[in-house]
Amino acid sequence: MYDVIIIGAGPAGLTAAIYARRAEKKALVLEAKSYGGQIVNTPDIENYPVCPHISGFDFATNLYEQTKALGAEIVFEKAVDIINGEKEKEVVTEKGKYSCKAIIIATGSENRKLGVEGENELIGRGISYCATCDGAFYRKKTVAVVGGGNTALEDALYLADVAEKVYLIHRRDSFRGEEATLNKLKERDNVQFVLNSTVTALKAEKRLNAIEVTDKDGKVTEICVNGLFVAVGRIPETQNFGKTVELDESGYVVAGENCVTNADGVFVAGDNRVKSVRQLVTATADGAVAATEAVKYINQL
Amino acid sequence: MSVIKVSKENFESEVLNSDKPVLVDFNANWCGPCKMLKPILDEVSEERTDVKIVSVNIDDEDELAEDYSVYSIPCLVLFKNGAEAKRSVGLIPKTEVENFINQ
Repeated sequence: MYDVIIIGAGPAGLTAAIYARRAEKKALVLEAKSYGGQIVNTPDIENYPVCPHISGFDFATNLYEQTKALGAEIVFEKAVDIINGEKEKEVVTEKGKYSCKAIIIATGSENRKLGVEGENELIGRGISYCATCDGAFYRKKTVAVVGGGNTALEDALYLADVAEKVYLIHRRDSFRGEEATLNKLKERDNVQFVLNSTVTALKAEKRLNAIEVTDKDGKVTEICVNGLFVAVGRIPETQNFGKTVELDESGYVVAGENCVTNADGVFVAGDNRVKSVRQLVTATADGAVAATEAVKYINQL
Repeated sequence: MSVIKVSKENFESEVLNSDKPVLVDFNANWCGPCKMLKPILDEVSEERTDVKIVSVNIDDEDELAEDYSVYSIPCLVLFKNGAEAKRSVGLIPKTEVENFINQ
């Protein structure tokens, strides 16, 4: 039996494992895909204290090696359920079951899709969810960004430096993203705003070559693009845990800054928790807090 | 067998004219998910003899990337008998790489 099982090997989960191991608890990390989580997609991290520049890959790999060196076990299996017994808990994966005294859910979030027909088939053939990853393929080409938050604005600004022309499509006429970024975008000659509009169809042969946009009055316009960058938010990966812990209406696990959920002995850390700032530094901070709370819980059993 | 690097010059002989299926890994040095995928492909390549795995750096080989419509990396393309059989975009775990080759 493990003292603590941590679901998710991103920055929050691995940091939780480090803190659990340093409290000399037997810790298992379960990961569905690969370690590191979404930070792996970031070419250059510039806002993590002490490291002025580090790639997401190096950050994740260093964290992974550090966690393993401290004696945490890391198993690559997808957790599909939690059985929350009073004395003993179990995490069910696609391959088996692991028992423990406390659980930390650190599963993060995934990209929200547009939900337009053909979207999945065109991923990598014109549809992208990561401007910094794929922007380089659109040098001197025409692209569109869809979304109204910070990610959409930053993606549009990044692409304005690379692409010939950038359309920014948003379903409202005002943006949730930062004013400063929006103002920079407005100064760019090659950025065109398409407001009060949604993407309603994707036109493709071998790859995406145009999108159909419908405005709030129902007027349909076709725009020729080589690429469409989708930045319409993220979805917490908490679907398998909703019967164990309370989720808010968007699917985030309800817990305060102490990372304690409504279920005894079940804690949450990182981007899948209800919070206002989702950053690398707040994810690792959550990992430390959740592990410390879990250790306290285990010690009083 | 270890993963070999291919270029425009030897793409035809190494990939298109191969008698075994070839898994082509389109990648770049600046791409984090590609670096995560690399050790997985190295392992699979050492373990399997029924498939050849090769690597294409899209910055060095932009024509190959363009020819095969690679617009997102990492991108795995499985070639059988000189033609694309299927592709997978994004970082996937080892079991999925194996399933991708098998199915």
